[in-house]
Amino acid sequence: MGFPHPIHPKETPVLSTHFGDEGARTFAGWVQRGGYQALKKALAMTPDAIIEEVKASGLRGRGGAGFPTGLKWSFMPKGDGKPHYLVCNADESEPGTFKDREIMRWTPHGLIEGCAIAAHAIGAETCYIYIRGEFTDPLRIVQAAVEDAYANGALGANVFGTGKRIEMVVHRGAGAYICGEETALMNSLEGKRGNPRIKPPFPAQAGLFAMPTTVNNVETLAAVPHILMRGAAWYAGLSLSNPKSTGTKLFSVCGHVMKPGNFEVTMGFPMKDLIHDLAGGMRPGRTLKAVIPGGSSVPIMNRDEAEAALCDYEGIIAQGSMLGSAGFIVMDDSADMVYQIYRLARFYAHESCAQCTQCREGTAWTTKILERMLKGQGKQADLELLLDLADQMTGKTICVLSDSCAAPVVSGIQKFRSEFDAYLSGARAPALAGA
Amino acid sequence: MSGHAAPSASGHHEETHQPVFVGAPREKLEALFPKYPTKQALLLPALWIVQEERGWISPQAMAEVGEVLGLTPAYVKGVVTFYTMYHRHPVGRHVIQVCTTSPCHLCGAAETMEALLQGTGCGELGITSPDGRFTVIEVECLGACGFATPILIGDDFVESVTPERVSGILERYP
Amino acid sequence: MTQELLAVTIDGRTVRVPKGTTIIEAAKQAGLIIPHYCYHPSLPSPAVCRMCLVEVEKAPKLLPACVTTVAEGQVVHVHSEAAAKARESVLEFLLINHPLDCPICDQAGECELQNYVFQEGRAGTRYADYAKRFNPVEDFGPDVLYVANRCILCTRCVRFMDDVAQTPVLNVSERGDRAYIGIMEDQLLDHPWSGNVVDLCPVGSLISKDFLHKARAWDLDKTASICPGCSQGCNITIDTRDDVVTRLRPRPNLDVNRHFICDHGRLDYRWMNRGDRVEAPLVRRDGATQATDWDTAIHRLVELTAASGPVVVLASGRASLESLGLVQRLLAHREVTAAVQLPQGDEAALGSIAGLALRSERAPNGAGARMTGYTAGWDTAVARAGAAALTVLLDVSLTDSEVASIQGSGAVVALATLDDPRLTFAALTLPVSTMVEENGTYLNRDHRAQRYLQAKPAPGMARPAWWVAADAWAAGGRDRTSLSSAAEALVSLGRDFPTLAGVTVAELGFSGRVLDGAAAGSAR
Repeated sequence: MGFPHPIHPKETPVLSTHFGDEGARTFAGWVQRGGYQALKKALAMTPDAIIEEVKASGLRGRGGAGFPTGLKWSFMPKGDGKPHYLVCNADESEPGTFKDREIMRWTPHGLIEGCAIAAHAIGAETCYIYIRGEFTDPLRIVQAAVEDAYANGALGANVFGTGKRIEMVVHRGAGAYICGEETALMNSLEGKRGNPRIKPPFPAQAGLFAMPTTVNNVETLAAVPHILMRGAAWYAGLSLSNPKSTGTKLFSVCGHVMKPGNFEVTMGFPMKDLIHDLAGGMRPGRTLKAVIPGGSSVPIMNRDEAEAALCDYEGIIAQGSMLGSAGFIVMDDSADMVYQIYRLARFYAHESCAQCTQCREGTAWTTKILERMLKGQGKQADLELLLDLADQMTGKTICVLSDSCAAPVVSGIQKFRSEFDAYLSGARAPALAGA
Repeated sequence: MSGHAAPSASGHHEETHQPVFVGAPREKLEALFPKYPTKQALLLPALWIVQEERGWISPQAMAEVGEVLGLTPAYVKGVVTFYTMYHRHPVGRHVIQVCTTSPCHLCGAAETMEALLQGTGCGELGITSPDGRFTVIEVECLGACGFATPILIGDDFVESVTPERVSGILERYP
Repeated sequence: MTQELLAVTIDGRTVRVPKGTTIIEAAKQAGLIIPHYCYHPSLPSPAVCRMCLVEVEKAPKLLPACVTTVAEGQVVHVHSEAAAKARESVLEFLLINHPLDCPICDQAGECELQNYVFQEGRAGTRYADYAKRFNPVEDFGPDVLYVANRCILCTRCVRFMDDVAQTPVLNVSERGDRAYIGIMEDQLLDHPWSGNVVDLCPVGSLISKDFLHKARAWDLDKTASICPGCSQGCNITIDTRDDVVTRLRPRPNLDVNRHFICDHGRLDYRWMNRGDRVEAPLVRRDGATQATDWDTAIHRLVELTAASGPVVVLASGRASLESLGLVQRLLAHREVTAAVQLPQGDEAALGSIAGLALRSERAPNGAGARMTGYTAGWDTAVARAGAAALTVLLDVSLTDSEVASIQGSGAVVALATLDDPRLTFAALTLPVSTMVEENGTYLNRDHRAQRYLQAKPAPGMARPAWWVAADAWAAGGRDRTSLSSAAEALVSLGRDFPTLAGVTVAELGFSGRVLDGAAAGSAR
């Protein structure tokens, strides 16, 4: 559903079928809509069988990394005797991305069901749903749904009378983008500063509380019941381009479009249609200038690249960027690219956890250089400096926050050089005041 | 830009700290103990309970949380200062968090923020309004980019806030 | 049990190391120190400073050497262009907010930021006219100042207090480039081992108030020694400037104190600089005390020790094995009650390191004294001194009532460091060196024999006590061999004390050795 807009004919509603439908929030309502059949089916399957089904579906992590989900689940040790944990990553904080909140607000039981199936598949009896602290409505709604599920035997010591235990706990974050990184999330859950961890060890070996853990995104887990009910072949068949990108995806489109919202389309869908058709296209008199497709942590695409791209993992790589979380930030010709890149750098500088030198100092320095440029005090040498800093901020740190800051800077200078030059030469008046 | 509220003029001097974790708040916390294998994991939930009860988290409250969970006050403070949502100074009755990250900025967040600063009487970010009603702080992406500009007022998530809607929204918060 | 050894080549040098060894440790064995800040062999590794990134063939990215373990056949390049450029950029990033405090910073001359910037940093910064982040200086506690602006957030101090001292009183506060090391206002950094954070800090951010602006690092002479504060026997370095002891710091010894010393030992050095010393041998005759030469003094000592009657020896717990042993040899033909002075204090363990603590026995050579026969109870010995024919004092500090007690002794010989006006009645006062002014050996509580070296000259005519005793022994005619060094003295004592048989200073080296016989545990 192009929520909050009516479903567009080109959409393929799977996860978004019940967006806007308050009746879907209750256990009874969800059952009425076909829910919890998948969980019952899964409980009668072996974990290995579930994992094979998810592998065959081609489902890939929807949080941004795109790692094959079935493969990730298969990393969990078997018969090790340690408690296993499933963590649902609901820390959605990537600028431009706002899909997980809709899943949580409208179909919380769909998420709970997906989590329960995943927990069974990886041998976990406890699942933590880590929801970012600002998501007050999803927190309230999911918490109520969890209690509802417990009351109806879908969670607890004896799920649906099968003797299987599945416990689910909603955990509230407190304002830190970096806690969306899976190892930082685990640290935060453990009551620590949200610092990403070095890998190895990997979560499947030693994750939450040092136990084998799998962390999955909300959208990934919400897809699982559908895969089990309709079959891996069905999901794998939903692919318009590259067979390695399967299923549907919620594309969050925002910025300079007439109808911002979440659009669920099949992988491989043309980006041109997504922006100009489903999202209502440009505002009157405006032309498309740039799109940042992955949330903000990926290279900026110019108009030609965006209109040529197919929306799946490989398709966007082919146009020089990455799908990431599929949070599309659309900018028309009125956008000040230098300002937008500065504002993104400021975002990353604010969110840096402070562990790694390049990130801690580099994001702040990058922001200052861009700020000065916007004040009309930049120098030509600043551009080479920005590129050099971006190079040293890429591939050198524990997590990719500093790489994420570098990506828009490098692609911005590459593709919108004239806008930078306009500030440097004074042809464009300063956008920021002060010295 | 201020992601945190500044100390207010009234300050928070040496009033003795009344324990937070007695009665209902204590029960609320203890109900969570069985859900985690360590007491340390209760830290963020405990801090939320403090903020719900008192509106902000004082150094004495940090020490109390530490005592309840077996953590040093310094450790608790290190965690509190990491997270943007915990207020370390007294704030207005209603804390307004307004997003100004790129997607919202493209859709007029700067103007919305200015309207909020004027409408609340705060004038500046991080300052509590003279009538003690509001504190406005600027935050990063609130995850509602398609519904720009979103704001959080206390626990109320209000979407699509334009300068025109500001006074109507503020009226609902006495 | 054989461990699997893996061959790894680092900058062209191949070494074989056990599986699980990190590249940074393997490099040390290849003779190469990979530049680093946050890594420390006694702390858990967080790999946050990113200074140790090295190029590993076949790996797509630079890898942190402090946490990456070696693999068979791995080829590592520390000085490749990519790794060098990465280090250069880390240094540039660290310097954008680091103030140019070198002229007023105590760390200058022993600063790892200075060292690496000089070695491979940029000649100038590109952080032209931007403001540096400012945080105020904070007083963390009894001895530690935190100069926040200089902090490079390596977090060694936080990890030390968290994991080694197991007292998390330091934290990282805030996020991003606003981060700094925080402490709760009412919780001081007064842990008995907290001074170690000053040593651990690679820059001049955590500094010692005691050492503040006292001396420049390059003006200091450094001598290997043993802490005289308690029976743990931590290895230390004595820093002197113009022959004044200015600072004590830990010297690494993985078996005794790893990389640490306690605050009591660290700060208790002022007595080493005392000027109220006995500087010449003093002989008392006919009620008058006269300064004299060593030959005369030794002659008198032979007279006094050759006579008959019970002897009481009261020795300092700081006296060396050599001194204690040779005094016993000198008196071997007499009936001797020997006791050692061992002040007591509270024990203070260092959390997570078993076998490492500030010990309640606040003397470095109690075990050595007991091994060389100083086994009588202190009070018993003092009481007997009143009726003894001869009382020998070896660098002890007596209370007034103890002085009164020994006054009844037939004769008192004081081998003394400090000039004590109450002891003018002593028949013979011989100036001896303190442990700072001589070479010697101590036995710690684990019976580890460890050497300490002379850090400054002894004042006046003072000599090591073992030399005085050895000369008297030789002059007494019982043995023509004279001993001219502490090393010879130690070897010589092998025939008096079986535990010391075969022990030489060469094999003790700088880390010492547990002697056969009881071992109470080690700090590994």
